[in-house]
Amino acid sequence: MRLVLEKRLEQSRTMVVLTPILSVIGVMILGVIIFDAIGYDGFDAVWQLFITPVIDTYKWRDVATKAAPLILIGLGLSIGNRAKIWNIGAEGQYIVGAISAAGVAYATQEMSGFWIIPLMLIIGMAGGAAYAAIPAGLKTRYGVSEVLSSLMLVYVSVQLLSYLITGPWKDPNGMNFPQTAQLTASQLLPRELGETGLPPGLLFALVGMIIFAIIVDRTVFGFSIRAIGEAPQAARFGGFNSNRIVWAALMISGGMAGLAGTLELMQLTRLNLGYPSGYGFTAIIVSLLGRSHPFGVFVAGIVLAVTYVGGQVAQTVVHVPNATAGLFQALILFAILASDLFVRYRIKIKSSVAEVRA
Amino acid sequence: MTLTFLIDALITVIGITTPILLAASGELVVEKSGVINLGVEGMMLVGAITGFAVGFEFSDPWIGVGAAAVAGAATSMIFAVLVLSLGTNQVATGLALTIFGIGLSSLIGTNYTGFAALPFDPPFPDYLAQDPIGRVIFGHSAFVYFALILVFAIGWFLSHTRAGLVLRAVGENDFSAHSIGYPVIAIRYAAIAFGGAVAGIAGANFSMVITPMWAEQMTAGRGWIALALVVFSGWRAGRLLAGAYFFGVLMTLELYAKASGYAIMPSQFWAAMPYIIAVAVLAFISARDGRSGKEPACLGKPFLPNG
Amino acid sequence: MTNGARSRDGIARLELRGITKAFPGVIANSDVHLSVKPGEIHALLGENGAGKSTLVKMIYGIMAPDSGSMMWEGQDYRASNPRAARKQGIGMVFQHFSLFEAMDVVENIALGLDSAISRSALDREIRAVMDKYGLRLDPRRIIATLSVGERQRIEIVRALLLNPRLLIMDEPTSVLTPQEVEDLFVTLRRLASEGCSILYISHKLHEIVELCDRATILRGGKVVATCDPRKETPRSMGEMMIGSDFADPARGSVPNAGPVRLAVRDLSLPKPDDFGVALQSISFDVHAGEIFGIAGVAGNGQNELLDALSGETLSTREDVIAIDKNAIGRFGPTKRRAHGLCAVPEERNGHAAIGNFTLADNAFLSARTRMGLDPQGMIDRTGAESFAQTIIKRFSVKALGPRALAGSLSGGNLQKFIMGREILQNPSVLVICQPTWGVDAGSAAAIHQAIIDLANSGSAVIVISQDLDELLRLCDRLAVINGGKLSASRKVNDVTVDELGLLMGGHHAATPTSGEHHAPRA
Repeated sequence: MRLVLEKRLEQSRTMVVLTPILSVIGVMILGVIIFDAIGYDGFDAVWQLFITPVIDTYKWRDVATKAAPLILIGLGLSIGNRAKIWNIGAEGQYIVGAISAAGVAYATQEMSGFWIIPLMLIIGMAGGAAYAAIPAGLKTRYGVSEVLSSLMLVYVSVQLLSYLITGPWKDPNGMNFPQTAQLTASQLLPRELGETGLPPGLLFALVGMIIFAIIVDRTVFGFSIRAIGEAPQAARFGGFNSNRIVWAALMISGGMAGLAGTLELMQLTRLNLGYPSGYGFTAIIVSLLGRSHPFGVFVAGIVLAVTYVGGQVAQTVVHVPNATAGLFQALILFAILASDLFVRYRIKIKSSVAEVRA
Repeated sequence: MTLTFLIDALITVIGITTPILLAASGELVVEKSGVINLGVEGMMLVGAITGFAVGFEFSDPWIGVGAAAVAGAATSMIFAVLVLSLGTNQVATGLALTIFGIGLSSLIGTNYTGFAALPFDPPFPDYLAQDPIGRVIFGHSAFVYFALILVFAIGWFLSHTRAGLVLRAVGENDFSAHSIGYPVIAIRYAAIAFGGAVAGIAGANFSMVITPMWAEQMTAGRGWIALALVVFSGWRAGRLLAGAYFFGVLMTLELYAKASGYAIMPSQFWAAMPYIIAVAVLAFISARDGRSGKEPACLGKPFLPNG
Repeated sequence: MTNGARSRDGIARLELRGITKAFPGVIANSDVHLSVKPGEIHALLGENGAGKSTLVKMIYGIMAPDSGSMMWEGQDYRASNPRAARKQGIGMVFQHFSLFEAMDVVENIALGLDSAISRSALDREIRAVMDKYGLRLDPRRIIATLSVGERQRIEIVRALLLNPRLLIMDEPTSVLTPQEVEDLFVTLRRLASEGCSILYISHKLHEIVELCDRATILRGGKVVATCDPRKETPRSMGEMMIGSDFADPARGSVPNAGPVRLAVRDLSLPKPDDFGVALQSISFDVHAGEIFGIAGVAGNGQNELLDALSGETLSTREDVIAIDKNAIGRFGPTKRRAHGLCAVPEERNGHAAIGNFTLADNAFLSARTRMGLDPQGMIDRTGAESFAQTIIKRFSVKALGPRALAGSLSGGNLQKFIMGREILQNPSVLVICQPTWGVDAGSAAAIHQAIIDLANSGSAVIVISQDLDELLRLCDRLAVINGGKLSASRKVNDVTVDELGLLMGGHHAATPTSGEHHAPRA
């Protein structure tokens, strides 16, 4: 008897939905084993990491606050994933988006008006998109791999942020801390949506999910992105311009990262050295775990946000190290990538056949 | 004074270049086999903490280096199984490996922050490294000599040995190599393991010689520079060497700019410089070589022997 | 050893007994018996999909049979990989060459050998073998610069260096000019006379009659006959191969040429990449109701020409290409379709269609504009599905329905679907590259009939094909593409195969050149 892989004639829809769930469950089981092995209470650690933030209503606000940027960036990245255009520099676009919005804030410190917040959001998006335009231009014009160029630019953006908050934009009343001045009242969104305790970013994420679902499932543009990802030559035959799609995918994901960066700036009320949070990288996991579909991305964003919040809980309760959440996030990504196999193949048990007939 | 300054700078350049040269040499072999592993940064970090921790526990840095190589190779096998046996996307999987490496190294490293690494015995007797010329030739860590030997050995292996020819063939056309009868998947496993081991050693170079201590994410993006270097080199060992030293000079400038108060530009500018130059050189190389370039034809494409 | 399968003339070089191999959903080979004598040129004849390639892959150790046994010179034989097969003395020349584009000839040959040998010694051996068998080739050239015929010579030299006692040739002539085919036959006869057995896979009947001593005919994975080709006619073997008498559609009476529908004037384009071909000043007209054929050996600019016509590559000037007198040279595929130009590229999976997309999505891919399936940039799913259903019905495509994945269809059925998708858009001009490549005879006949019907309804049709028989049967006029240049066109009735062969080899009638064929990619 041996196991053989057999290619499916149609992708299994059940598996598309089921495998991400199984991946997360699998990683939870693996987590219990690993943490037991290295001397912690494995079950407790995994419980705090994955379950406490879900059942403890006091944690929901934290989860939603972390989920919103992950979902927003993940939605943008899912467009690129579908087209197989790999923007792994969303972290940089997130930072540059926030820097751009902070620039607006810097210029409007003395002003007030309803227009400031929308302007910050638009400039934040534009900043993120413009930063993503660099890899887009380099790819379409010179054929530079967007993987490397977008990633390199993350390191540049971190230095830019560091320069601005230690230099020209440093808060004059900040006791020499490297940070910008606090945003003024006309530069801040309300802390929560009504009385719900949920952050305004979640509303953006919800609306974003609906818009992206329509784009991806119902429009010719969504179709063209899928076509480019599957078979670039066929997409060209179908009349879709691949350069235009490279631009669109990178600008959209950059813009969404910039939007997330701006909303995060409004949450934190200022930029400081701790601002680069890694959301741009975690959002890659979100988009893949969500199978690059807007609904999936929304759920995956919440799952990953749970691991962030749970990581902090586990740190204080079970005393696991700070890095635990990141490790689990990577394991989830491995699991989801590996489980792709079950979408495309089925596993069959074959009894070995006698090779020689007498 | 000026001479000493120049000699010091040169020695810094050579030292700082070595880990990216190592990591890039390993990745060159991987990419020649037709696989792109974006997990270099992650493997370096796992190597860095393993080398540091094992060297510390055994009070022997050499055991640490050996452990770093094993740990790097072991980490790369996660990537290899996913990509080669399960046919996952190489870009996403390599990225996952980097995220994994960051998480794992931080997890292991929590107990090792704040200690200094054990020093290595110098590879050559002290009296050879007395005068300036002697220091430039004999005054480095063993990693430096190892990296130089390795890059020449890889160049020779790829262009002058039959095994190198087969490796290139697998990267050039996996389907043909398979139909002639070469074990494509096994060869790629070996290449990835080699790349992982060398990346692990490169990481150990960081935590045991350059810094020398453990800090979270201490490689600070050098793994990505190594990946870019392979592209710059046009997949040739000789140019890899030249490119690595070019970046070594840039990174040394950053160090000196930070140290000296009278920098013309803010230190962040120098810190960003290697990455800005990397993007610019990528654009220049791609514009010159065109899309077909010199890259192995199967780079990044999945290969499943029977469909 | 109890049955009498052993050949009367002594021990067979290779004997297959009851070989069976199944893939998910298909039985590729079922209980195949075959024996090849020493020094015999043995044809393995069958349609596309009859199981020939699978069978030889098992002999060469690329695949393992599910059941059955093989004997090599009387001994039990099983090759777990090609290396083991080569060790026994089996050489193979693949239909799709196993060559490495960026490497030179010597490196490619060295890769085919199983032991290390110094470059200079190998150089000498290569020259010796080439002299002996009259093969011409410069060992230092990079593969990417070689013509298809030259590439095949590398494969042959690679196999011959191992002194094989059985040489398997998989469809060797499908990429050669008629003159190159003659050269190849001389080499093969010479080899056979030295005692090397040759297993010659083909579906070209006249070649087998000319070359082979014996033929085994496969149909649907089973052996249907073994015969002496010299005692058969191409027709009789064709009937055995196909199983029934397919009436090949005939062009019938050629209608009077209508007005010009497609005009191409001085179309020149640079090489798309290192391995491509530049188009050089191509001009031709195609009239309403006409089928215009473009012959040529693979890799001479056919795909580049198709891309230039379909709009995937834009022309440098507007007026280079005109449909019904409208200049469309600067339009992309979508706008060209709107003007009535549809196209069918050679590569079905990944160019004309997307394997992981449903048939409805594939219908939408190229028919959305002309069939009005994209109102205000949105997808009309119902419309796409019903259009896909119409194609399936009208063109008898064997598929589960509009939601079946294109990749799950057989080559012939997918090709029928693609042809149907373009024809049902009622194009003024249809350009088709390799309409029946790798398609079973039944589907090929249906596709040919559809092309004829389209032309009869007043469209202009351009057929680009490597299959001369197909072009001669189907077309009204023919031109030959070589090295990115198109010859003057000729009426089909006024041209001979020999003339076409010379044009395909790059010998233009007006300027006869002597000596070696020029590589089209040099």
